[in-house]
Amino acid sequence: MSQQPLISDREAYFLERLDRGDRIEADDWMPEEYRRQLVRLISIHAVSEIMGALPEKEWVPRAPTLYRKLAITAKVQDEVGHGQLLIRVAEDLMRPWGKTRDDIMEDLFAGRLKYHNVFHMATPTWADAGIIGWLVDGAAVITQGMSLSCSYAPYARALQRIVEEEGFHIQHGESICLALAEGTPMQRAMLQDALTRWWPALLMFFGPPEKSELSTNQLRNLRYRIRSKTNEELRQRFFSKYVHRIRSLGLQIPDRTLAQDAVTKEWHYQQPDWDLFRQIVNNHGPRSQERLGLRRTTYEEGAWVRRMAAQASSV
Amino acid sequence: MNTTSLAIDRVKRTPALRHLVIELLWQVADDDLMIGFRDQEWLGLAPHIEEDVAFGSIGQEELGHAVHYYGLIEALTGDRADDLALLRETSARRNAVLLEQPNGAGDYLHDPHFNWAFTIVRHYLHDVWEMTVLTAMTGSVVEELAQAGTKILGEKRYHRAHQELWLRLLAAHNPQQLQDGLALASQWGADLADFGPMAIDLQQSGVLPDAPLLPKQFADEVTDAFKEMSIDLPIFQPGLNGRQGQHTAALGGALTTLSEVYRLDPGARW
Repeated sequence: MSQQPLISDREAYFLERLDRGDRIEADDWMPEEYRRQLVRLISIHAVSEIMGALPEKEWVPRAPTLYRKLAITAKVQDEVGHGQLLIRVAEDLMRPWGKTRDDIMEDLFAGRLKYHNVFHMATPTWADAGIIGWLVDGAAVITQGMSLSCSYAPYARALQRIVEEEGFHIQHGESICLALAEGTPMQRAMLQDALTRWWPALLMFFGPPEKSELSTNQLRNLRYRIRSKTNEELRQRFFSKYVHRIRSLGLQIPDRTLAQDAVTKEWHYQQPDWDLFRQIVNNHGPRSQERLGLRRTTYEEGAWVRRMAAQASSV
Repeated sequence: MNTTSLAIDRVKRTPALRHLVIELLWQVADDDLMIGFRDQEWLGLAPHIEEDVAFGSIGQEELGHAVHYYGLIEALTGDRADDLALLRETSARRNAVLLEQPNGAGDYLHDPHFNWAFTIVRHYLHDVWEMTVLTAMTGSVVEELAQAGTKILGEKRYHRAHQELWLRLLAAHNPQQLQDGLALASQWGADLADFGPMAIDLQQSGVLPDAPLLPKQFADEVTDAFKEMSIDLPIFQPGLNGRQGQHTAALGGALTTLSEVYRLDPGARW
């Protein structure tokens, strides 16, 4: 009796292509699991950009000066633009399943599709808009920078553009934070409060640290060359890049244990509450329901507009 | 540009002219600040993602135009553009009452139930009026106004084309929604195309050629456009006149939001 091979010839050839450094295009054959992992990753990224517009958007009309109003409008518009770009990449991948962006939005509203923890957080002051631009986008560029080498070419191309724009966002956020840091005692206190509030969420952004072993999803994504670094490697990179910059503004990082090992260069830090992280990404964060509700209401009420546009484009 | 053009620092030294230029600039600056704000409210909440991007972009440009106009007023008065845009009392505001109206029930932070057809109709009316004014402005004796007219017209064309696309879709597929949106706009829209008594001075001084004729030009253009779409244009009821500083409570609410952070300390560097 002949034994069923563990992987098909097609899959073996596919993996060989990946190992050669080939990039996969939307029309290429791909294992179903590769497609599934990509759809999951890219949909999460897309809805995170879409939902991620909302916390900062709270400050778009309230931005203090005309100049800041212009800059933050452009910034948030970029984020929605990233959502648009990514949702189209995901749509191409979902086509063989007969699914569209409507399914992505429905999954988001039903809680089947999660969005990044940071966008569930409250943004009570203008300084939060600065911290998001500077440090949340800074963290995002670290993870997205890794994915520039992703084996799926359409995602890598979208990221190329996104990462370039995020570079401007970081400067925009840093500029807001600098002005506050060099400002009046009220402004400095506003900035310090925001940093204190955001610090655990920033650490959570990279995901739980890997203990001795990687999760099945991570292993698969490393094999598929969808990702190339672990959560902890990315978080360590964030510390190395930002800790001294944050301190140079005279800000206190709310972690007395934070220190870099002189020999190994590894950062030691207070772990954020990972149970809380799970609650947050399961839509039980401080602002999860309100923001989902905002987007859901307007999405449902705009259904007739989308139908109208679809009718017109099918004529 | 007019052959006998004046630079703004000469306008500054001629009180009657200076007054007229500032009055005209208040109207366009305050209009664009308000419509830009209403556009921004849609950001992240539009019916689909492409439209989020479009409204974000249009709102950003409206605000950019307002910044340019306030900058010219700053050059004429010496007052900071941020103060002019954010700290003036509602009675000093010259925007059309239509533009201060909310997008629908609720606001962008709390329980928004925005009205898409009204948003499109209102924006379209604003675009047609501002383009009418800007086209006349390109012939202004004031150099900076003529330059602003030329530059801003280039961007406005795209805004208007965008709204026209939606208007045609509405007229073809959801005429009742369009009619309802128009009915709502007609409650407030009478002061949009109105310079009041200064129209003649604007014309005679050369600050805005043809100013007294522009409201009719606007009305004709709008009437023709809706006629072509087989949509009845309601009568715009005279009411509060924003050009004379009369406003609804919606303006106060919008300005409270726009100036919330700046008012914490207008002297600070933000």
